[in-house]
Amino acid sequence: MSTPAYDTVRLARANKRPTGLDYIHNLCADFFELHGDRRFADDGAIVGGVGHFRGLPVTFLAIEKGHSAKERMARSFGAPHPEGYRKALRLMKQAEKFHRPVLCFVDTSGANCGIGAEERGQGQAIAENLMTMMSLDTPVITVLIGEGGSGGALALSVADRVWMLEHAVYSVISPEGCASILWKDAGKADEAAQSLKLTAKDALELGIIERILPEKELGNTAFYTLLADLLEKELAELQTQPDLLERRYARFRALGDPMPQGKKEP
Amino acid sequence: MPFLKFHYKPKNELEAGGRTAALLQEDASEPEKTCPNCHKAIPLSRLWSNYNTCPCGYHFRMGGRQRLRMLVDKGTFRELFAGVEGHDPLGFPGYREKLEQVQAASNETEGVLCGTARIGGQPCCLFIMEPYFMMGSMGTAVGEKITRLFEYATAHRRPVVGYTVSGGARMQEGLLSLMQMAKTSGAVGRHSQAGLFYCTVLTDPTTGGVTASFAMEGDIILAEPGATVGFAGARVVEQTTRKALPKGFQTAEFLLKHGFVDAIVPRRDQQAVLANLLQIHQEGGRP
Repeated sequence: MSTPAYDTVRLARANKRPTGLDYIHNLCADFFELHGDRRFADDGAIVGGVGHFRGLPVTFLAIEKGHSAKERMARSFGAPHPEGYRKALRLMKQAEKFHRPVLCFVDTSGANCGIGAEERGQGQAIAENLMTMMSLDTPVITVLIGEGGSGGALALSVADRVWMLEHAVYSVISPEGCASILWKDAGKADEAAQSLKLTAKDALELGIIERILPEKELGNTAFYTLLADLLEKELAELQTQPDLLERRYARFRALGDPMPQGKKEP
Repeated sequence: MPFLKFHYKPKNELEAGGRTAALLQEDASEPEKTCPNCHKAIPLSRLWSNYNTCPCGYHFRMGGRQRLRMLVDKGTFRELFAGVEGHDPLGFPGYREKLEQVQAASNETEGVLCGTARIGGQPCCLFIMEPYFMMGSMGTAVGEKITRLFEYATAHRRPVVGYTVSGGARMQEGLLSLMQMAKTSGAVGRHSQAGLFYCTVLTDPTTGGVTASFAMEGDIILAEPGATVGFAGARVVEQTTRKALPKGFQTAEFLLKHGFVDAIVPRRDQQAVLANLLQIHQEGGRP
């Protein structure tokens, strides 16, 4: 028995969905990719670079799953290593220095799970991104275009605006992982997906995202035009906000206060 | 400081020599616990008077309140935000009952203890995560308490000492748990930008979303000997990679070797080390 939430998980994982680079190339004609974290390596699972978006210089970041089998292998199936997060961090700091906004496209089942990733501090890399992004002094917009897998997705999603595609998912753990830990049965993933409240509609209701993007024209020119219009308008607004960082802090500060009814201690 | 050599941690009692605590108690005059590292039986009174550590150096797990007594100057702890309790924001199946059960069994309202205290005379803000409350998993209440502690410490210009132990984000609170990683990181960041000192002590186990947020954001990161510290769980890594894990994978010693902790400090030395570090970072040196 499949649940509506698990159907969405399947759609979010579907191979035919546009990936991060498709978005970048459709939004930017002169994208120039920048490689490497200046520490250890270049991680293909995260793509970053600069270019013009509707006349405005921006920094693009995307978690890239790849399309062909060979490309997907080379990009670790969109599961970034610590080097990927450190590259993203480097490019975000660069964007801050040159007063460029940052546009992130996120699509990952989660941060890379492996011996090398642990040896090189996966947890530390994500933690540093979270802390830096909370006070990165330039507008950041993140669009979750497929899977938003836990900390590995959050590491590029500490933004002023977070949007989700209609059939994207955003979750603290994969439904399979949740089912096998809680109920010792990965087969109950459908149920777990429903309980985890991981769809765009759920995330909007919880106040975790600001907007759901319809997928009717997904991958067509009309889709990218609509997205570009929305991004352009939002960036214009964010760029004039004098208290951008205060608002970003408040945005996350408000999430999950168990005592919201004024019962605060001094 | 002596460097402690650690053997493998046994995964179950059979590996530990096949002797259960119950069997041992039959011919012992005093209750004992078998050390999973050296396989020797230790009388509980001896364990407790030795910071809950075995003479071989093995560190047994320790509850938050017990740790507090060991660490802070007598009578100096003032608890903060005790009223922030866990709840069930998503209506997750079975979670409300589980929370009530754990609250009753542990006599704690949530998985972290926050407050102000003095350590070796040095004033600080302190948080200690609770291994006996859903393995210190981070839900909205844990995230909120830690965020409030950092905001309090920033407002009162106090350093923060934080003991971490956590299975990661609490999945029963879904995305709201995940967001606590960003929320706490924001508060740590503001505390840091105010020029204030934050020292973490990683204890067994510190994993997942807590490793990937405030545990790894300290100015100085200490760890207890033998503690498991990592992002992904070792079993998950093994299953995903289908490779044998390197010796001592994800132990504190492994992290020290790879450059992710500043020092490994045995429990009996922690009070003195923290007091000294707090003293070194005291304000007043700058104009």
